[in-house]
Amino acid sequence: MNREQVIRRYTGSERCNHWLLALSFILTALSGLGFFHPGLCWLTNLFGGGTWARILHPYFAVVMVVVFLVWMIRIWKYLRFTTADRKWAVHIPDMLRNRMDKVPPSGKYNFGQKMLARTQLVLILLLLLTGVVIWQPLFADAFSVFSRRIAVLTHSIAAFVAVLSLIVHVYAAIWTKGAVSGMVLGRVSTAWARYHNRLWYEEKMQVAHDAQASSAFGEKAAG
Amino acid sequence: MALQSLDISARSATTTPAPQARKTVELAKLIDISKCIGCKACQVACQEWNDLRDTVGRNVGVYDNPADLTAQSWTIMRYAEVEPAPGKLQWLIRKDGCMHCSDPGCLASCPAPGAIVKYSNGIVDFHQENCTGCGYCIIGCPFNIPRISAEDGKAYKCTLCSDRVAVGTEPACAKVCPTGAIVFGSKKDMHQHAAERILDLKERGFAQAGLYDPPGVEGTHVMYVLHHADKPELYSGLPREPMLSPLVGLWKGFAKTVMNAGLAAAVLAAFFHYVSQGPNKEHEEEEVA
Repeated sequence: MNREQVIRRYTGSERCNHWLLALSFILTALSGLGFFHPGLCWLTNLFGGGTWARILHPYFAVVMVVVFLVWMIRIWKYLRFTTADRKWAVHIPDMLRNRMDKVPPSGKYNFGQKMLARTQLVLILLLLLTGVVIWQPLFADAFSVFSRRIAVLTHSIAAFVAVLSLIVHVYAAIWTKGAVSGMVLGRVSTAWARYHNRLWYEEKMQVAHDAQASSAFGEKAAG
Repeated sequence: MALQSLDISARSATTTPAPQARKTVELAKLIDISKCIGCKACQVACQEWNDLRDTVGRNVGVYDNPADLTAQSWTIMRYAEVEPAPGKLQWLIRKDGCMHCSDPGCLASCPAPGAIVKYSNGIVDFHQENCTGCGYCIIGCPFNIPRISAEDGKAYKCTLCSDRVAVGTEPACAKVCPTGAIVFGSKKDMHQHAAERILDLKERGFAQAGLYDPPGVEGTHVMYVLHHADKPELYSGLPREPMLSPLVGLWKGFAKTVMNAGLAAAVLAAFFHYVSQGPNKEHEEEEVA
């Protein structure tokens, strides 16, 4: 196996889904952060001022929710916890210290990635529900002031955790060399796959091997 | 309506101190509910002076009309038929509207710089040109006063006729009140006037008469003289202990400090993690299998 060999990690439609999610998440976050703290108020200028940010924020959010849920359906089968995850979880400190040789192998996504995606799913649903309750002028007036208080507090805390999770996600992608190009181009080197997601790599190799074997068998039978 | 900026003592979504060089007298409106006859002259005067015309609603068999505050009705009379003691029916009529809190929940909640200001004379005013229509003032208000206009998406409420007060005259409602139930002046004078009224009420058998100037919001600049100060809720649900909701306090306190710092800390932590631990890269030698 030579070093130029690559494995497909994401199809074109998966990549588009991911980057549409990234775009809508960033637009939702930036338009919302302007309401989060006066020090971030200038962010509303990106959208044409506070009123435009207020108008656009929930619509960005609705796009984000739809795209996120489609993404979740696509990757859900890879997010199931396995025994490998349990072993991986105890080596998080090694991971953070970049001692990858001590980190047990993982599937297409490691335990940290699974946790992050699942956390984001909970946050997105929480943000959607609380966001509807405070959505001016569409729905807010239908709810009592007390429920709006609960909603706005929950919304701000959930948004904070969601933006934190985005920071973690973006940093992990920058930190892990080859991850960004994997999501842009859809392919990673076999070395990368073996290094970061050995179980997924082995599975892929097995599938490729089986396919090769069966086609070889077919040729032989035909001959 | 903007007064001189020097007189602004607090401004929404602003973290630096307001101009404080000039001190002005703290003003207040005193509404003596025991003198109110429910004529609604104050409602009319408010609409006249502020050029407001609410849509004509329906009579649903009660005196309350319009039924609730709106972006066009900044003050309304609320009529309550109550029996504080068995067999003693009383008609308690309260002029509802902004209380102009010293610690305004609307201003604390507002995310738009300068959309809500508090003047040093105590008036809390909305500057609609800065309002984004997010509705946070409604969430923050302990008295459920602000209303967002369906027409322009801006929040409105009683200004305490800040434009009239700025030129040394009293609010339109106080000017027009035929019984003298609404009076306006320095907060100190209003306290004194209220004390005299309460003494009079007590002599006339209202042992629980008292002033409504709730300390939970550090006092208000619209105060009531109540015959039943021990039961403010009799007056169409006047809150007993209004205060900035702890939920709002947590939301604003938490958001304004911990969470903002948390986001900055996360970005810094990520950067220094990269610098100290180096990138996570597969080893070259492993590539040859």
